[in-house]
Amino acid sequence: MGRYVFKRILLALVSIFIICLITFFAMNAIPGGPFNSEKALSAATKAALEARYNLDKPVHIQFILYMRNLLHGDFGVSLKTGREISTTLSSCFKVSARLGLTAAVFAIIFGIILGALAALFRNRWPDRIIVFFTTLFTAMPSFVFATLLLLVFCIELKVLPVFDASSRSYILPVIALMAYPMAYVTRLTKTSMLDALNQDYVRTARAKGVPMVSVIFKHALRNALIPVITYVGPMLAYILTGSLVVENIFTIGGLGQQFVKAISNRDYPLIMATTIFLAVVMVICNLLSDIAYKIVDPRITLD
Amino acid sequence: MEAVKKNPLSMQIDPALFEPATEDEKQQQEVMSESVTFFRDGMRKLMKNPLAVGSIIVLILIIITIIFAPLVVPYSYSGIAKVNGRRDRTNKNLSAFQYSQVEQEYIDQGGKVFPHIMGTDSLGRDYFIRVVYGARVSLTVGLFASILVLIIGVIYGSIAGYAGGRTDLIMMRIVDIIYSLPDMLIIILLSVVIKSSLGEDASQNFVLKTFGANMVSIFIVFGLLYWVGMARLVRGQILTIKNNEYILAARAIGAKPAHIIRKHIIPNCISVIIITTALQIPSAIFTESFLSFVGMGVEAPMPSLGSLANTARQGLQSYPDKLIYPAVLIVLIVLAFNLLGDGLRDAFDPKLRR
Repeated sequence: MGRYVFKRILLALVSIFIICLITFFAMNAIPGGPFNSEKALSAATKAALEARYNLDKPVHIQFILYMRNLLHGDFGVSLKTGREISTTLSSCFKVSARLGLTAAVFAIIFGIILGALAALFRNRWPDRIIVFFTTLFTAMPSFVFATLLLLVFCIELKVLPVFDASSRSYILPVIALMAYPMAYVTRLTKTSMLDALNQDYVRTARAKGVPMVSVIFKHALRNALIPVITYVGPMLAYILTGSLVVENIFTIGGLGQQFVKAISNRDYPLIMATTIFLAVVMVICNLLSDIAYKIVDPRITLD
Repeated sequence: MEAVKKNPLSMQIDPALFEPATEDEKQQQEVMSESVTFFRDGMRKLMKNPLAVGSIIVLILIIITIIFAPLVVPYSYSGIAKVNGRRDRTNKNLSAFQYSQVEQEYIDQGGKVFPHIMGTDSLGRDYFIRVVYGARVSLTVGLFASILVLIIGVIYGSIAGYAGGRTDLIMMRIVDIIYSLPDMLIIILLSVVIKSSLGEDASQNFVLKTFGANMVSIFIVFGLLYWVGMARLVRGQILTIKNNEYILAARAIGAKPAHIIRKHIIPNCISVIIITTALQIPSAIFTESFLSFVGMGVEAPMPSLGSLANTARQGLQSYPDKLIYPAVLIVLIVLAFNLLGDGLRDAFDPKLRR
């Protein structure tokens, strides 16, 4: 167990390092430096500026310096606004995290309930309705769903406001973000629940005369939930990338909107910082969900 | 008769009393059903699955439409629709099957105007043909990306699976690391980079000119990142198959390695490969439409379903139908591929069926 956790952490660290490496060298490969603007700078000014930002040093030294700054929480300065990126990131991340976590929690709760229902009512109408909607949701890109929600509820029916900071305006973005993960959790829960219901221990419990409710909750569902834990990591990654579009559609000032804005502005330090930040969050989520899986079910060998 | 009588132990049967069976009678004795190959058996099961058949029909219809519609519809995806060769300034944002003022006048004079099946966009371009081209782009990306994933993943996975030992270990560590990279972020990042560094000489390069820098970067990224899932799968399959008893049995009766690979290993992992490839297509289409929606997809006049949906967002209040068409088409294509993939899995991989 300890060895497994150690290996996973090591792998996560290597991934994070490689992400930093790719990001840094990718951004460096783009032709044109940050000071090649329309206003021609004198050679002396340019040299001074490059020295100030260490751009006169060789690339690998720049990378080491950048990494050292990163470890100190210094992401550099945005080219567009001139502000510290770390402050922008932390304020935006709060918004994104609130949205993302709400979506994740709802996706898991509803997914489990629907999945269990579908398994219990197998091949009857509740199952069929649930299967229909989960199939539909897995085929619908989040931006399509988000825009449709916006169209129906904000523009046609006018029941919900377009984003203002109130908590009511979080309803639609959360629904848009959670649709796909919820469908996935539903499918996962359904298959593993069906599997669990066919196990000998469930049959034994029923033969003993344990009430059905108790069989479902204590014996079947508890074991059926294990695969869901592995999905938590990928789900958070999906929600984070999904928030790139959903935040833009509902104009929520989170990390996603910041990232897309940075791309269209060609604000390279901000793109780098956001990529690295999001990537690290995703890698950590994956790590935690893998370890949790191992703790919950020690029978499983993942490597 | 004489010959029979000489032997007292004979049954004393006279062969002259028997007549040979006809071909028809011989066939009645055939107890075994017709031998079916693995492929045909799978196809038969697939054809019994109404959802899978439905998706095949939908996909064929879509493919026929996107191949032949540009030949029938006289408009181009990039040019503004003209009436009798003249510029028409009244044809912006028409709804489905609506004619603009100028077109109506022309029709009244006895001219013929091809209807705008889905109306026109805000620049006066025929929307139907744009959606058709958008679907073309999306499907092309999906197919090419899946083929890329298929080739790289199968080669890498089978090498790792066959070689085993330390080679396998190192190859799989590399896969683990690539697997843990957040793909979408890397795609966006690489698209930014490739676009900026390739963008300048785009006019000279044939590949870049036809597909656009963003499309090429999508392919590069698929080639770099998406194959890992396939590689893992193929390796796992080969490892389990290699250890199966029937392989041991085949080897024990002296089957040659080439025969074992052809007869035992390939048929046993081909189904998984087919299914994964089929399910890879919708995920590639998802990725492409996502990138186009963020503005990192295909270049401007060329439409893609994602970029059409993105453009429609700006006029959402007045022209919601411009969103509906591409959105419905994406959902339809992805749904069809998903259901087809599920059907293929049920038909070709009985082990996975519940």
